[in-house]
Amino acid sequence: MIEIKNIIKSFNESTIVNNVSTTFLKGKTNLIIGQSGSGKTVLLKCLLGLHTPDSGEIIYDGVSNKKMNDSSKTLLRREMGMVFQGSALFDSMTVIENVMFPLTMLSDKNDEEIREKAEIAIQRVELEKAYDKLPSELSGGMQKRVAIARAIVMNPKYLFCDEPNSGLDPRTSIIIDKLIQEITKEFNITTIINSHDMNSVMEIGEKIIFLVDGEKNWEGTNKEIFKTTNQSVTDFVYSSELLKKVKKYL
Amino acid sequence: MFYLSDIGKYFIMIKMSFFKPSKWKVLRKLIFKEINDLIIESIPIVAILSFFIGAVISIQTALNLSSPFISKSLIGFATRQSVILEFAPTFMSIIMAGKVGSYITSSIGTMRVTEQIDALEVMGINPLNYLVFPKIVALLFYPFVITISMFVAIFGGFLAMTFAGVPSEAYISGIQMEFEPYHIVYAYIKTFLFAIILATVPSYHGFYMKGGALEVGKASTLSFVWTSIIIIVVNFIITQLLLS
Ligand SMILES: Nc1ncnc2c1ncn2[C@@H]1O[C@H](COP(=O)(O)OP(=O)(O)O)[C@@H](O)[C@H]1O
Ligand SMILES: [Mg+2]
Repeated sequence: MIEIKNIIKSFNESTIVNNVSTTFLKGKTNLIIGQSGSGKTVLLKCLLGLHTPDSGEIIYDGVSNKKMNDSSKTLLRREMGMVFQGSALFDSMTVIENVMFPLTMLSDKNDEEIREKAEIAIQRVELEKAYDKLPSELSGGMQKRVAIARAIVMNPKYLFCDEPNSGLDPRTSIIIDKLIQEITKEFNITTIINSHDMNSVMEIGEKIIFLVDGEKNWEGTNKEIFKTTNQSVTDFVYSSELLKKVKKYL
Repeated sequence: MFYLSDIGKYFIMIKMSFFKPSKWKVLRKLIFKEINDLIIESIPIVAILSFFIGAVISIQTALNLSSPFISKSLIGFATRQSVILEFAPTFMSIIMAGKVGSYITSSIGTMRVTEQIDALEVMGINPLNYLVFPKIVALLFYPFVITISMFVAIFGGFLAMTFAGVPSEAYISGIQMEFEPYHIVYAYIKTFLFAIILATVPSYHGFYMKGGALEVGKASTLSFVWTSIIIIVVNFIITQLLLS
C-alpha cells in the first residue's frame, strides 16, 4: 500500500502535480488517468523517487519517505519494478540479458541462479521463444512483456507502469493489462498504472484517480466512474462518439 | 549555450561518476567494451589520416625550402616538430571529437530519450558510474592512439620524401635533430587532458539532453562544436603555460 499526502511538484515555476492525496491499494491495479500532459508521469516518477516532490509525504507500507536516509531509499528502490512507456529495454542486450540485468547488477547470486530466475520471469510473460533476440527484433507487445519480466524479476512489492499499452493495438493492450493484473494478484503487489485508455479503465480499474492539470479531480472504481455526475470525468470517459452512443443505452 | 551553472553541473557529473560504483565484474566488462569501441576502432582512421597528413607536411616543407643552402634534413626536423607538437595531439583530437565524441553523445542521448537511464536509476544503479566512468577509463588509453599517429605521420613524411628523391639519411637525421624530451612531455600532458575532455564533454551533452530522436542529432552536433572549442582553448592555455 502506498499513501500519498499533499504531493506538490513544480518545474520552473509551473506546478505540474498540485496537492494530490490518495491511497494505492495492495494486490490491486491502481490507475492514474487523465489527458496527456495532466502530470501522470511526473506523479509516478515522484512515487519512484526519480523526482523529489517539493512538498508532501509518500508512505510506503507505513514508512514515510521523510524518515528515510539514502541507504534505506536504495533498499526501497530494490522493491520497486517499473515498466516504462517505451519499454526502455537496453538495446544492446538480448531479452534474457535484459531480464538478468537487475540481478546481475544488484544480487549476490551466481550466474546460473540469475539465469534461472530470469527464465522463470520470462516464462511468466510467455516469451520463452525470444530468449536470445534483441529488443529491435521484437514487436511492441513483446517488448512490453520483456519490460514486465524485467520489472518483476526482483520480486518487487511495488510495480509501476507508465502507459503500458501506448502504441499497442486494442487486443494486445487488453492482454498486457490482464497480464499486469494477474501478476499483481499472484504476488500481492501494489501496482500503479498510468493510462488514458478507457479499455484499461473498464478492464482493470480497481481503483482510479483522475487528474486534471495536476490536480486530483475524482477518485473511485471502474464501476463508479460510469455513474459519476462529475462533468470533467464524463467528458473524459465519453470522449469518443462510440462511447457516447454506448452511454445512451446504459 | 554554456552557462556557469553548466560548468558546475559538468564537474559534479564527473565527480558523481566515481561514486556508488557498480560491481567490478560488471565494470570490467564495460571498460573492455569501451576500449574496443572508442580506442581500438579509432586506430584505422587515425592511421590513415596521419599517414597522409605527415606526407603533406613534409612535401610542403620541402617546397618552401628550395634554396640549395638549406640542409634537406630540415624537412625531417620540421615534420617531426609539427607532428609531435600540434598535429598528432591537437588535430587528431578534433577528428576524434567528431568520431568518438558524437558516438558517445548519441549513444548516451538515445538512452536518455528512451528512458533507459531512468530505468537504471529505478533499479538503484548510478547511471553516471555505469555509463561515463568506463568511458573515462577507456580514454586513458588515448595517448596510445596519439603515439601511433605520431609514428605513422613521421613515416608518411619519410615515404613522401623518398618518392620525391630526398635522401633517406637526410630525413632521418632531421627527425633526430635537436631532440627536446620536454616537447614529448608537453605533447602527452595535452593528450591526457584532451582524453578527459573527449570522454566527459560528449557524455555531458548526451546525459543531460531533453527531447526525442531529433534532439539526439542536435545534441551530437552541439557536443562536437563544444568539444572542439574546449580542446582548442585548452590547447592554447597549456601551450602558454608550458612552452612560452
Ligand atoms: N523534467 C521536466 N521538466 C520540466 N517540465 C516537465 C518535466 N517533466 C514533465 N514536465 C511537464 O509536465 C507536464 C506533465 O507531463 P507528464 O507528467 O509527462 O504528463 P502525462 O504523463 O500526464 O502525459 C508537461 O507539460 C511537461 O512538459
Ligand atoms: Mg506520460
